[in-house]
Amino acid sequence: MKGMSAIVKSITNITIGFIFLYGVYIILHGHLTPGGGFAGGVIIAGVFVLKVLAFGVDKSAEKKSSTIASIFESIGGLLFVGVALLGLIVMGTFFLNFLPKGEPFRLLSAGIIPLCNIAIGIKVGAGLFSIFLALAAVKYIMED
Amino acid sequence: MIIFVSCILLFLIGLYAIVIKRNLIKIAIGFALIEYAVNLLFALVGFKRGALAPIITQIDTPHHFVDPIPQALVLTAIVIALGTTALMLTVILRIYNQYKTFDIAKIKKLTG
Amino acid sequence: MIELYLFLGFMLVAAIIATEIKDLLAAVISLGAVGFSIAIIFIFVQAPDLAIVQIVVEILTVVVFVAVILRTTHLDETIGKKLAGSQILAAVLFAGFAVLFLIVSIRALQQIPAFGHATMKVASEYIRIGLSQTGGANLVADVILDFRALDTLGEATVLFTSVIGVVALMRKTGRKK
Repeated sequence: MKGMSAIVKSITNITIGFIFLYGVYIILHGHLTPGGGFAGGVIIAGVFVLKVLAFGVDKSAEKKSSTIASIFESIGGLLFVGVALLGLIVMGTFFLNFLPKGEPFRLLSAGIIPLCNIAIGIKVGAGLFSIFLALAAVKYIMED
Repeated sequence: MIIFVSCILLFLIGLYAIVIKRNLIKIAIGFALIEYAVNLLFALVGFKRGALAPIITQIDTPHHFVDPIPQALVLTAIVIALGTTALMLTVILRIYNQYKTFDIAKIKKLTG
Repeated sequence: MIELYLFLGFMLVAAIIATEIKDLLAAVISLGAVGFSIAIIFIFVQAPDLAIVQIVVEILTVVVFVAVILRTTHLDETIGKKLAGSQILAAVLFAGFAVLFLIVSIRALQQIPAFGHATMKVASEYIRIGLSQTGGANLVADVILDFRALDTLGEATVLFTSVIGVVALMRKTGRKK
């Protein structure tokens, strides 16, 4: 698909880094402030959607992007289930919170909750970007 | 009570769009309106007047919070609604490419 | 509470516009207005987590709708045609069902506690032991990732299935005979 005008491209160049940083902040502080894995993941998907809409994408770049997105989605899902199974192996209960709790209101606290937030953020972000690419950027021909 | 009834009214507007309208995009809009109405009803059940958002900011202060459980249930439901709406729109796009129209009366006539 | 009623009224008007207007792009933008007013209502009932998720998911829903509409047609050609007999019958039946549904739901909604007086039998326990047993200060994140983590696993599965469905449906088809 084609890109947009030069004004949109230059503004996108400036703001993409800030929006990505904001999404990572919302994922990492999910156990202290409102937000969490789902909100941050959708924001990160929005960053990639903005890049595709502003700059356009041709056939080879689109194929590469969708392959990388599906790899990342699988990594996110496997990380989430892996953390749950690790609780089963280490202590005997599925999804047990086995990491030390730490002091409240610090960034490294609350056991497995930050790890689960990161895994869900990666999974939701990559999955929604795959949906957008399949609907908007794929060129296909119907032969019946 | 009026507030709960307005959620039911939004649900009925979405149901009207699904049952009566003949354009496929309007049917998809009806499904999205139904999902919004149900999420809003769940989230409004847990409200308590004069309470605060369920985020602890200081230890050892008396906690006077809204109900966090309906919020936890609705949080996942909102993201699932996006997934099902996208899947429905994919099927609608393929139907358009086959029949070149969004009208369900014409689609029923063209067979094979 | 007057602002809550104002935003509920705005939401209902935008929903009626979304289902009745002829141009499809305008209908989708009205759907976006419904979603944003729901996000503001979430802020008024002290649910900031839900407001963030509702805003960003609403933006992506409108983007997906517009992506589908721009690949096809813009106008809805079915409005204004003559109604067939079966459609008038369907409209009358739906009106009757809507009135019945409204009456039954009003009687059911009188059984739950009134708006603003939630009974928090299970939630008072979670609020009391939340910070000490999990260590996280956000109680909603505690509930979805520690006390009820299996629900989150189910949600991840549903999202994964829908992504598989969308990617698998948009493939090139055709057989070379």
